[in-house]
Amino acid sequence: MSGASPVSRWSGPAQLVAKRTGLALVTLVLVSAVIFTISGLLPGDAAQELLGQGATPEQIAALRHEMGLDRPAVVRYFEWLRGIAIGDPGQSLVANKPVADIISERLPNTLILAGLTTLFSVPIAFLVGISSAVTRGKATDRALNIMTLAMVALPEFLVATIAVLVFSVKLLWLPSITIVPQDPTLWEFLRAYAMPVMVLGVGVIAQLGRMIRAAIIAELDRPYVEMARLKGVSQRRLIFRHVLPNAVGPIVNAMALSLSYLFGGAIIVETIFSYPGLASLMVNAVTSRDMPLLQACAMIFCATYLLLVLIADTVAILANPRLRQG
Amino acid sequence: MNVGSIIRGARRLPLSGKIGLALVIFWIVVAIVGPFIAPYPPGSFANEEVFAGSSSEFWLGSDFLGRDVLSRLLSGARFTVGLSAIAVTIAACLGTGLALTAAVGPRWGDELLSRSMDTLISIPSKIFALVLVAAFGSSIVLLTLIIAITYVPGNFRIARSLAVGLARLDYVEVARARGEGRLHLALVEVLPNMIKPLFADIGLRFVFIVLLLSGLSFLGLGLQPPDADLGSLVRENTSGLAEGALAIIAPAVAIASLTVGVNLLIDAATQGKAH
Repeated sequence: MSGASPVSRWSGPAQLVAKRTGLALVTLVLVSAVIFTISGLLPGDAAQELLGQGATPEQIAALRHEMGLDRPAVVRYFEWLRGIAIGDPGQSLVANKPVADIISERLPNTLILAGLTTLFSVPIAFLVGISSAVTRGKATDRALNIMTLAMVALPEFLVATIAVLVFSVKLLWLPSITIVPQDPTLWEFLRAYAMPVMVLGVGVIAQLGRMIRAAIIAELDRPYVEMARLKGVSQRRLIFRHVLPNAVGPIVNAMALSLSYLFGGAIIVETIFSYPGLASLMVNAVTSRDMPLLQACAMIFCATYLLLVLIADTVAILANPRLRQG
Repeated sequence: MNVGSIIRGARRLPLSGKIGLALVIFWIVVAIVGPFIAPYPPGSFANEEVFAGSSSEFWLGSDFLGRDVLSRLLSGARFTVGLSAIAVTIAACLGTGLALTAAVGPRWGDELLSRSMDTLISIPSKIFALVLVAAFGSSIVLLTLIIAITYVPGNFRIARSLAVGLARLDYVEVARARGEGRLHLALVEVLPNMIKPLFADIGLRFVFIVLLLSGLSFLGLGLQPPDADLGSLVRENTSGLAEGALAIIAPAVAIASLTVGVNLLIDAATQGKAH
């Protein structure tokens, strides 16, 4: 509206974004309760686990008291939640170090891996999605459809196995485990990350490409596209100036979803390439039943997921002029 | 739907759908008869050579202990297909059951269920499964339940949106006015009309479940020895990767052919309906 002042023009979306942020925070707290409850349900407890079978009931009781396990669950939950919120999720039971120290060593590695995979796969996914949508029903679209459909369903370890066989066993181009040297040159850096990024990228490209195609096609069926075509707008201009801006909402949503797929993929990929990231740390925590470490890792993944969805929602709200004008 | 119409439907599928259908039928047959046609017992050390290549005696070579890969694959497929099928059935029954409850029940019930499922759905499924495995361990029964529970919220979300849409329609209102009970409304009026889209969702969820189960087994957190599904077979033979052993490629390709097959079939079947 031309008559509306700038304040009222932005207060609508600001309120919406604030509401979504609040909702995400509430969800995060509920998620933390679910994770704490499930991981606290195990039959034995940490004290018993640490002392082993031979411990006397008195020893166990003493350690339980020392670890604070004899206090009511609700008290322990809120203390744990407070710890998570201020960045101190407690002591790792296995490594005997603060969980925060262990995680801060690993987290940057996973962020680098996720960031590189995003940089690599998002442009390709757009290429796939757009070329598929504009050739809807034709041979290109059908071929891309079958390809992405198959790629979505491939287990990461098959992709990784094939990649290792081709690039490190047969061609001897790339190392089969990911060791990033200290102060790597750009070349060493790219060589080290090429394989995990490729393997993770396959799933992201396929998923995101399919969702981008669907989002564009939904727009292509709308009357304004017909109108633009009748006015003689070129195909390129139609896609980039008319359709894509209108499809921003579904597309950022799709990006949030397929980036969150990255975590799931990272669990397998980091393990295969012995990459010291957060996901392989979480697998170790499950194997050694190191609950404080496991809970902290799970919370980081869930918080990141909710953050991605929140960012996508915000972008969608800001990009939609109807919502923008409240 | 009788047998004749199913066969006619299958004939009308595009080529990709026929390939998918063939793969799906192939794996169902393998899951049923696999262990009976295996040339060797899956645990026997049949070959003296480890990571042997393909030969007339050992079609898929031997594994890291010299066991016959084909025999192990045939019995592993039963675990992968069977447990996934059981898990997806449990997930769909729970998810759809809750969705129907939400659709025909009181408003606060719907709110409560939807909010709880929204919370669970914001935990990425592999992360959720890892937390559950850490807490409960991975005996076969628990593993199946864990995998099923992981996919309940997803199925609930789809089924609820279908069921709520149907429950608002006039014919359901009429049945309600007629004095039919909620159970009748849910099972007789609503459920039959959401079966087809629901099956597409169940098929996709089956794919996710196969991938999750194999992924967990690959990480050593799924099926425990001596039982081995296809993911365990990939895991136990990782040392053969450097020599490109069939023992690691065969089970990985087997999983992929199952999941890709289901995906191709669902895609073809649902597109046929849209036209």
